[in-house]
Amino acid sequence: MIYGYAWDTSSPLAYAVSILPILAIGLVVTLKAAVSGFVVALVLGLIWYLLRRTRIRAVAWSTALLVEFIRDTPLLVQLFFLYYVLPDYGVVLPALVTGVLALGLQYSAYTAEVYRGGFGAVPRGQWEAAIALNLSRYRIYRDIVIPQAVPRIMPAMGNYAVSMLKETPVLSVVTVLDMLNLANMIGDRTFEYLIPLSLVGVIFPIMTTLCSVGIHLLERILPRDGIALR
Amino acid sequence: MSLAQEILAMAKGAEMTAIVAIGSTLIGAVLAFAFGIARVEGGRLLSWLALIYIEFMRGTPLLVKLFWLYYALPLVGVSLDPFTTGIVGLSLNIGAYGAEVVRGGLQSVATAQREAARALNFPRRHTLLHILLPQAVVEMMPAFGNLAIQNLKDTALVSLISIADLTFRAQQIRNLTLAGARVYSMTLVGYFVMSLLVAALMRFLEIRARRGAAFAHSAHG
Repeated sequence: MIYGYAWDTSSPLAYAVSILPILAIGLVVTLKAAVSGFVVALVLGLIWYLLRRTRIRAVAWSTALLVEFIRDTPLLVQLFFLYYVLPDYGVVLPALVTGVLALGLQYSAYTAEVYRGGFGAVPRGQWEAAIALNLSRYRIYRDIVIPQAVPRIMPAMGNYAVSMLKETPVLSVVTVLDMLNLANMIGDRTFEYLIPLSLVGVIFPIMTTLCSVGIHLLERILPRDGIALR
Repeated sequence: MSLAQEILAMAKGAEMTAIVAIGSTLIGAVLAFAFGIARVEGGRLLSWLALIYIEFMRGTPLLVKLFWLYYALPLVGVSLDPFTTGIVGLSLNIGAYGAEVVRGGLQSVATAQREAARALNFPRRHTLLHILLPQAVVEMMPAFGNLAIQNLKDTALVSLISIADLTFRAQQIRNLTLAGARVYSMTLVGYFVMSLLVAALMRFLEIRARRGAAFAHSAHG
């Protein structure tokens, strides 16, 4: 029994149905981790992008190196690093928060690149025109650049959101009670892993497909030429 | 445990990581071409089977697949050792991503090339091997480079099914010495160096492919 739900191993179908509520609780944790991880990635990635654009060479270069380093090393090791090393320096965080940070950190390396591509794709003439019109930097970004960059950024960000969702099971390694961890726990107690793990293996494609459809819809709603921020 | 011993143990782990990465990337490449070509050139049935494989593999987390192969598959009577399980899981995973790259590459070849081949009455196999693939491979190479690095990073997950790779060794040493900062920093640097090597190798192959395509082009006039 986990979370007050007992399983019924009398038949495969009854077993599958009886453990679904437990997996659903894990699914909520999985979704929470993915959504908050993605918010962290969006913010951190923007910070990397801005730091890389500064005029101070040393800052721009070291940020570029850091981003490359994050991108080229495995999420699992970064997760272990945060999980085991932060407490040595007095930072004790719940496992889920550590996991969210690791996910966000790993994907910030990707989102930084998306920001660069999206903002870079705004035609030079738009910048020049805005400067010629003597618009302030704030207004250039708010009224000219960001509205045009967002539709270019959206599709790539959507793809990364979906792949981040698929990486959340790694968090189970540091005791986060996500769907995979619960499936394993059920398996440990019933000695029957096939059905819980298969269920997880089926629920994920369903979720990622739903997410992809949702993102496509969102892209359709967003006008191609840009959005107004006011 | 002295620092030298630590480094030696991690070097052994890195060797295992390299073996797993190279093995699964090569098998993955074979799967990528098989399913990618089936998707574009295969009949309706083959194309559908390839689509199901690709979508299912790309829709499920790698860790779930590895655990499934490791814990669930033996219950249906198929027992693989951890090493084989890791290679199979990684290959099936990266092969599906690669198949999408192959599909995109093949579809990016100009239609006129297919039409010309058809007008010249080339057999389909000949068209695929000598007209479409040499041109498409050049387009695929940058994406393959990214996937090779992705796969290298993914190999870290095989430590969770008890393969003694770099991450596995790092965990062991950390549990012995409790020097997490040092051990994991060295591990991260190890992966970073390996990624840079893979990137350099893939860039070299890309240049070779580009030259090969140019040569084939001029040879065929």
